[in-house]
Amino acid sequence: MLAGNRRSIARAITIIENDNTETQKLIASVYSHTGKAHIIGLTGPPGSGKSTLIEKIIREYRRKDKTVGVIAVDPTSPFTGGAFLGDRIRMQELSTDQGVFIRSMATRNYLGGIAKATKDAAKVLDAAGKDIVIVETVGAGQSEVEIIKVAKTIVVICAPGLGDEIQAIKAGIMEIGDIFVVNKADRENADKAVMDIEAILQLNNKERAWKPPVLKTVALTGEGVPQLIEKIEEHNRFLEKELERKRSREKAEAELVEAIKEKMATSIIEELRSKGKFEEFLQKILEKKIDPASAAEKLLKERFGKHIRKG
Amino acid sequence: MQRGKKIRVLVAKPGLDSHDRGAKIIARALRDAGMEVIYTGLRQTPQQIVETALQEDVDVIGLSILSGAHKTLFPRIIELLKQKDLTDVLVVAGGIIPEEDIPEMKKLGIKEIFGPGTPTDEIVQFVLKNTSKRA
Repeated sequence: MLAGNRRSIARAITIIENDNTETQKLIASVYSHTGKAHIIGLTGPPGSGKSTLIEKIIREYRRKDKTVGVIAVDPTSPFTGGAFLGDRIRMQELSTDQGVFIRSMATRNYLGGIAKATKDAAKVLDAAGKDIVIVETVGAGQSEVEIIKVAKTIVVICAPGLGDEIQAIKAGIMEIGDIFVVNKADRENADKAVMDIEAILQLNNKERAWKPPVLKTVALTGEGVPQLIEKIEEHNRFLEKELERKRSREKAEAELVEAIKEKMATSIIEELRSKGKFEEFLQKILEKKIDPASAAEKLLKERFGKHIRKG
Repeated sequence: MQRGKKIRVLVAKPGLDSHDRGAKIIARALRDAGMEVIYTGLRQTPQQIVETALQEDVDVIGLSILSGAHKTLFPRIIELLKQKDLTDVLVVAGGIIPEEDIPEMKKLGIKEIFGPGTPTDEIVQFVLKNTSKRA
């Protein structure tokens, strides 16, 4: 599977979906190979053009020689337990491309716009060496925000004329988007939709370091898709920089703690030496009257009173 | 429905048919029977069908054909399934397939052929019965 064998990838995802006891073992065995792929979540209301847009996104990444995995989630019927998975219809031309792996997944009544298995399935595609993993959520888009637990970059897609623009104010989905896309931008009212979203974002994201851009695409023709990819990559670079900043902070913190420890220890030892205390306890240790740890504790207690922490 | 094994079915239309009403009815019936049905749309090549079956790890492939090209397309699909080591997948077919071609198709490895007018329940029962052995 790690070598990218397609049959093995498919089987692994089935195991995960069926919630076998083997899932945990499977994930444990591939975990060290994950973390390399850029996982992109695509969400938005039904009919906004998610699948068609994904097809164009895949083509653009393939032009850049990137391999792509897709997990397309559709709802399970709560009444029969069955599901009709039709997201592939728009992507079928890519099904024979060996650099692309597309998997349809039913929610199996998991709420939040994805399936319970989606996260681990994305890990499998990541571990199998896919550069890009795209997760298409169920076509909903109000509180389907589970995708934030799976994807690094979240693209929220909508289309003009799908409903009153005020719909966009609904909480949840507007707060999770890293990039917003108004698809079907060749229709009238596309600019108005962009303006509406921008207005809401200005209210939302006063303090965020990443300002979510609002882009226009026409998925049918591919218009705007290269710009979308550029933004996705920009967001990825932003995340990496953030991570680096976080790491630098952690490193600086560790260094500061080390430096304080060192300076404190040196000055205390000097002080104890000058008072003769150091020599006194050293003798006791040599005479086996006390062990070094207890000696240190006693010395520090004398020096700092009861505030010294044991251990 | 609880978690656990679900029967996954690929409903595919090979060749140049121009409508898929029958395929969609079958897809719907299988869905309503609690199966997960992957539908790929019209005009699929044998390669696309087999690659999709592989990626989706399906238990069943349902081929729907009206064009009369089954004698060319079905052997190709079966051959590719063998190449990809997908021989444990149950393959059934439906649509317009003349009576006299049926023995040949079955010999190929198509497990059952459902002609026009077959009650959908009969198809559902056949699939349920013939997938129980696959893990």
